[in-house]
Amino acid sequence: MKKFWAIFYARNIEFWRDKASLGWNFIMPFFLVTTIYFIFSDGQQYQYKVALYHSPTQIKDTQKLSFLSTKYIHFIQVDVLPDAIKKVKHHQYDLLIEIGSSYKYWINSSSPKSYILEKILLSDPPKQLTRQILKGGETNYIDWFIPGILGMNMMFSCLFGVGYTIVRYRKNQFLRRLKATPLTPFTFITAQVVSRLFIVSTVTSIIFFGCKLFINFKVEGSYLLLLLIMLLGAFCMISFGVMMAGRTKSEELAGGILNLVTWPMMLLSEIWFSLDGTPQWIQQLSQIFPLTHIIKAARAVMTEGSDFATISPHLITLTMMSIFFLIIGAYLFKWE
Amino acid sequence: MPPVLEVKNLYKVYGTKPAVNHIDFSIDENCCFGLLGPNGAGKTTTIEIIEGITKPTSGELFYMNHPIGAEFRQQAGIQFQNTALQDFLTVRETLILFHSLYQDTLPIEKLIEMCQLEEFLHQGVKNISGGQRQRLLLAIALANNPKILFLDEPTTGLDPSARRIFWDLINEIKKNKTAIVLTTHYMEEAYYLCDEIAIMDQGKIIAQGTPNSLLADYFDHVIIQIPKADFTLPIDHFNLPVFQQDESVEIHTDNVNMVIETLISNQISLNRLQIRSRTLEDLFIELTGSKLTS
Repeated sequence: MKKFWAIFYARNIEFWRDKASLGWNFIMPFFLVTTIYFIFSDGQQYQYKVALYHSPTQIKDTQKLSFLSTKYIHFIQVDVLPDAIKKVKHHQYDLLIEIGSSYKYWINSSSPKSYILEKILLSDPPKQLTRQILKGGETNYIDWFIPGILGMNMMFSCLFGVGYTIVRYRKNQFLRRLKATPLTPFTFITAQVVSRLFIVSTVTSIIFFGCKLFINFKVEGSYLLLLLIMLLGAFCMISFGVMMAGRTKSEELAGGILNLVTWPMMLLSEIWFSLDGTPQWIQQLSQIFPLTHIIKAARAVMTEGSDFATISPHLITLTMMSIFFLIIGAYLFKWE
Repeated sequence: MPPVLEVKNLYKVYGTKPAVNHIDFSIDENCCFGLLGPNGAGKTTTIEIIEGITKPTSGELFYMNHPIGAEFRQQAGIQFQNTALQDFLTVRETLILFHSLYQDTLPIEKLIEMCQLEEFLHQGVKNISGGQRQRLLLAIALANNPKILFLDEPTTGLDPSARRIFWDLINEIKKNKTAIVLTTHYMEEAYYLCDEIAIMDQGKIIAQGTPNSLLADYFDHVIIQIPKADFTLPIDHFNLPVFQQDESVEIHTDNVNMVIETLISNQISLNRLQIRSRTLEDLFIELTGSKLTS
């Protein structure tokens, strides 16, 4: 245990004294959050989003709805009706239409976009059209965006803070020196993982509550659940970093690999924009990224007030991924 | 008392080229064992195999009569040729870090005193001089109060004064009955510190013994140096090996009296005459340098 604390302590000191790295960890997410907040604070979105829920056998019916040929509306096919209803409630969709033997539509009574879309829909209404009204506060882009930016910061901190650091230690032969001591790889890796978990949790919590002070973003669900997501998510990312750094000797190669895994996550894990409306294969591909599960779980808790049971599939996925990454990382790890 | 370390038939090959070619040696308690040789001779590979950093192709290693294992890791002190440390730690924090990795250790304060770290104890490891860094690395190597200490070219790059300080530290360590394995390029250092020397070339030990016994084995003469301007005799006047250097003439002889008497009888001035014993450097060049240039 003494050895573990020695490595843990040394790694933490190294992190806090590396002013450039520390500054980057704090300044970058604050900067992005603030910028996005100012850009989107006027709430203007020029595209209407209409969700369509129907079964494949009833496609012909959709052709009878002239509303579907309206310009400047993004029509999104959805498969799960309750999820779509929830998104209308949270202003993520402006209108939802169920197409079956009859037509049913949902609008949010507090949404101006819903009001306009309903007017357009009713200008040429089909027969048997039923109206459903939902109520619910708007989810601002900043509410939606916060989990993404925190998740992204965690991703960079974990992957570069552990993966890149281990590669640097290996390259400058610090690991070689440790190899000549009684320290075991297990103790070394565990200390690295726990140290980074501590650092990331502290930094993320400071950023979260710092942003909350300045920007009153929405947190509908449990803070404890958010803490659990943060810890599990960070653990998963750190494990991924350990796996990546198992044998890599070159910092350049490590940088390349890290870019290779971070950029797809940046684009496909819904940090910046929702994947609603994108091809199904892209949405399925996004499920292989830990960041997707971190962000979706955090977003569900923050914007929809989801409980443990609702987000448990994400938590289970993150746990399984962590175990897989750690096993592979431990198998691959070499001091030199 | 068994040897602290025994190396038996050690062999390491990279591709088709043997880096260490079936070598044997043993080191007793309280012995400073010098491993000398030109670059690429196999010294560092040998040491790294013993330290457990590199795996041998074949051969056996024994520590205190047992195959090298966990006990060796706990009781061996190691100073690599190049050791990177964690950038943002101070000297004291670095020492504490390594100190914490061992069970039986010397007190931190004693290490600080032994290796004279007080004056730069709270400086970052990035900001200390080469000599200070080597003293810190020595303190790290001594943290576990080692029974055997490996020093791989510990004074390379140090100025003469820093080197002298380091030698004094090694001599202090020798008083604690610690066995030392030292590799160095400095023959003067090896002569000053080592009780036994092995000279390696092309992966093999080509000579081994105490410094004086090696010199006695290989050289039975001394060198008499006379400035060229003073030496007025024909070069073949003596029936001895005589070599003309840039500014002097060197006479190799085992009978100094005879040579001096001859010089006096020929009215050669002895005012600037020098008599020099053969050194380890001469031996090193004799054994390895000639081979390298052939």
